Amino acid sequence: MSLLYPILSFVLPPRTQGSGAESQEVGPAADITPNSGVVFQFGNQPALLVRTPQGELRAFSAICTHLGCTVRYEPESKVIWCPCHNGMFDLHGRNIGGPPPAPLPEYQVNVRDGKVVVSKGA
Amino acid sequence: MSPLTWLEQRVDLQPLRAFIQHKSVPVHRHSQWYYLGGMTLFLFLVQAMTGILLLLYYQPSETLAFESVRFIMTQVRFGWLIRSVHGWCANLLMALAFAHMFSTFFLKSYRKPRELTWLSGMFLLLLMLGFGFSGYLLPWNTLSYFATMVGTNIAGQLPIIGESLVRFLRGGDSVTSSTLTRFFGFHVAILPAVTGIVLGLHLWLIQMQGMSLPPSVEKEFAQRNAAPPAIRFFPGFLLRELMGWYLALGVLAALAALFPWELGVKADPFASAPPNIQPEWYFLYMFETLKYIPARVLGFEGEALGILAFVLGGLLWIAVPFLDRSPTQGRLSRTIRGAGVVVLVYIALMTVISYVR
Repeated sequence: MSLLYPILSFVLPPRTQGSGAESQEVGPAADITPNSGVVFQFGNQPALLVRTPQGELRAFSAICTHLGCTVRYEPESKVIWCPCHNGMFDLHGRNIGGPPPAPLPEYQVNVRDGKVVVSKGA
Repeated sequence: MSPLTWLEQRVDLQPLRAFIQHKSVPVHRHSQWYYLGGMTLFLFLVQAMTGILLLLYYQPSETLAFESVRFIMTQVRFGWLIRSVHGWCANLLMALAFAHMFSTFFLKSYRKPRELTWLSGMFLLLLMLGFGFSGYLLPWNTLSYFATMVGTNIAGQLPIIGESLVRFLRGGDSVTSSTLTRFFGFHVAILPAVTGIVLGLHLWLIQMQGMSLPPSVEKEFAQRNAAPPAIRFFPGFLLRELMGWYLALGVLAALAALFPWELGVKADPFASAPPNIQPEWYFLYMFETLKYIPARVLGFEGEALGILAFVLGGLLWIAVPFLDRSPTQGRLSRTIRGAGVVVLVYIALMTVISYVR
């Protein structure tokens, strides 16, 4: 036991401090046309910025709550779609089809000086 | 003085000589199934050799893994062939390993006194699956990246140990360069070391206990009060075995040369997953099954229930020698054989459905 414990402890990686990013500038708001979406790097995780057909900007974690694939926005069906197992989320990130068991975490979106800034938390 | 005489003056080869002279293999209507294990072993040796060759150029890092495999395939002489053989051989190896397992199951070769041979064989199959899963990520392409993401997440669905298991596999919270390093370590060091030991045990048990006779053949010859005909292992059986190896090599060479193993597109962890992400074919039946399980079943997460069902099913399969208490007769034995047919048909059906959809 005294031999196994240090070995088992060694093979489990140490926990690191989150992604380090609480807020991130994504790019010019004008570049994101209505009914489109873009996946971007938010800290060390992928995130999705969507401009709804009505022109509203929303951002979500792009990690599917089912098995962790990276989701994308589908302009034709106007849903956020996970290609791995056909999981679907609406434009509020709510799971509406397929196997995902939970909604996508939503991030706050602000436009400052024409640039989109995505932030975690309220 | 011949080299053999020189050696014999230093090492007593008599026990080995006697073993080879006396070892025989029974011949009967099911004898052809005996060759599958040897052919699987041959393909494993091909994997070891081509894997060692690939190691001379492969670089296990997020920035260089894909480029180093591309370098092997485009710049190194016969690099495309070595990699293609490695890729195809992995698949043929799995196919033969499954065929060997099912033939052993249906011929009831797991029965006393060969329970340990079955257990070591099942352990070897799990190790081969581990080789397949860890090796799939190494080229660091889009398909392998997301297949690893999904595969490790599936492992994470297990209750209690799931979270620790997924962090152990990934070397962190997500599939990153740490995962690649870790999978490389599994693929070229840990798994080969463990496989060497278990394979040695498996082969030793087979040599000690000899080939199993199927119950029907055993019964037939018992009624006649006679022993089934046998051929000497050396050279008769060995030469036939070599024909099997030659056939496997022929199929492998043809596949590797005519259908070179593709490299795909470099993984981008911050891009959307492409459609039709799939694991290797030997994981497809599980992958396909999980698609049909609702998100929640009776208040539990469907995914977790599915994984648990597979784990329990696997454990029952491994425990077959201990469940099938009178393997030569009886209702329980027939039920176990029927369950084996159901498992085989289910795996085949779900694999085909996954490809067709």
